[in-house]
Amino acid sequence: MAKYLLLKHYRGAPAPVNDVSMDKWTPEEVSAHMQYMRDFSAQLEKTGEWVDGQALAPTGMWVRYDGEDRPPVTDGPFAETKDLIAGWMIIDVDSENRAIELAGELSAAPGAGGRPIHEWLEVRPFLTGPPTITE
Amino acid sequence: MNDVLLRTLTPEVLAVLVRRGADFAAAEDAVQEALIEAVRVWPDDPPREPKGWLVTVAWRRFLDMARADAARRRREDVAEEEPLPGPASGVDDTLQLYFLCAHPSLTPSSAVALTLRAVGGLTTRQIAEAYLVPEATMAQRISRAKRTVSGVRFDQPGDVATVLRVLYLVFNEGYSGDVDLAAEAVRLTRQLAAAIDHPEVAGLLALMLLHHARRAARTAPDGSLVPLAEQDRSRWDTTSIAEGVEILQAALARDRLGEFQAQAAIAALHADAPTAAETDWVQILEWYDELARLTGNPIVRLNRAVAVGEADGPRAGLAALAGLDDSLPRHTAVAAWLHERDGDLPTAARLYADAARKAPNLAERDHLTRQAARLNTHLRPDEA
Repeated sequence: MAKYLLLKHYRGAPAPVNDVSMDKWTPEEVSAHMQYMRDFSAQLEKTGEWVDGQALAPTGMWVRYDGEDRPPVTDGPFAETKDLIAGWMIIDVDSENRAIELAGELSAAPGAGGRPIHEWLEVRPFLTGPPTITE
Repeated sequence: MNDVLLRTLTPEVLAVLVRRGADFAAAEDAVQEALIEAVRVWPDDPPREPKGWLVTVAWRRFLDMARADAARRRREDVAEEEPLPGPASGVDDTLQLYFLCAHPSLTPSSAVALTLRAVGGLTTRQIAEAYLVPEATMAQRISRAKRTVSGVRFDQPGDVATVLRVLYLVFNEGYSGDVDLAAEAVRLTRQLAAAIDHPEVAGLLALMLLHHARRAARTAPDGSLVPLAEQDRSRWDTTSIAEGVEILQAALARDRLGEFQAQAAIAALHADAPTAAETDWVQILEWYDELARLTGNPIVRLNRAVAVGEADGPRAGLAALAGLDDSLPRHTAVAAWLHERDGDLPTAARLYADAARKAPNLAERDHLTRQAARLNTHLRPDEA
């Protein structure tokens, strides 16, 4: 009963084994990939482990406070070197091992040539509420 | 109408349906619907026999569902036979439900969810909110759990230890959302203790009551964690403490010690101290030794090192800590605290910051960060 965030990166993660960008795949391979992701989410819902999943646009900017009565400062779009998050999935599982197992499955999504991408996914545990019993 | 009173009847009503031949999964759904109906109807038209009312409505619902489901045709035939009246006392049946919902074939999260629904009478939505997952996910988790235990014979005796682990999990999760899980765990453990005479069930109930008693004092108004030593003890619930101590003493007198009784004994010794300084650490240390012997759990040995630090001084505590795996959760936090007591503030500050990075929960991380900040403020040369 612990929540984990599975983070998918556009940039910044180590290179996957099947490292071909999506625009170089065939349309069928793109469809197969999307179907795999949908099936994966549907399966997680059936096992009672699904919490949330969202995709993020690659565009965006930095924003910060610039003092009273002044509009916030923006800076962007992001520089090419920036680590860029593509989306996330939140799962609620019984153990860290289960989180790793699921991330491994997600990383096997098919890419170019219909072969698994072997994409690196970031797995991050949520901070929980405090336990009642501490001593 | 009291919602908890209504939910107390849940396992008894469910057991009657199962005894009449309804399969567990369908009976459980029918009981849920009867509970919803009761919440709707009872305020204007309270029944004279609440349990009888629920049994009648749930049984009717079960028959309706069985009819509606063509695939259940055969089962419907069984159900159409005039049922024998259910047994008057539901005590043994309630116990069987606890066993079923905590069955070892279930994962911990499934067992927790199923227990809260089938024994606790909570709705799927309430359970989903308490565990911060979508309702659809929780519904799937529960229906999978029901499928998993569908082959288990209802009259098969179960293992009390598995039930206690599930209830402990519910209690320890504490409070989030509308449902007070800790209070619910206390209620379910109390109900279990009424159904079975077992010193460890009593031990767990005592443990829960003793910790529950401190709840108001555990968090500051801003939500931050107040450690035991700094809690305002006048805010502890003395009624709950007295009940916990009484239950624990009766359990211990039976001389069948187990880990929950030992944990409760430690909590009782804390509850007994008028101030933190008056805590009987020597006795607490003896109980930790007992607990380590009973469980062999390395976390117990870590907590024991804290007790050693209090009973025999920080050097002794650090020596006790030295033999333990430093990857244990909270190992660094304990080391920080012992170094601070030993007067080594720079090491303590560094370890508090390190422990904050490793903390598994937000309240603890914030608390440890404040400890590091406190020491660093003292250590900084005066900048003024």
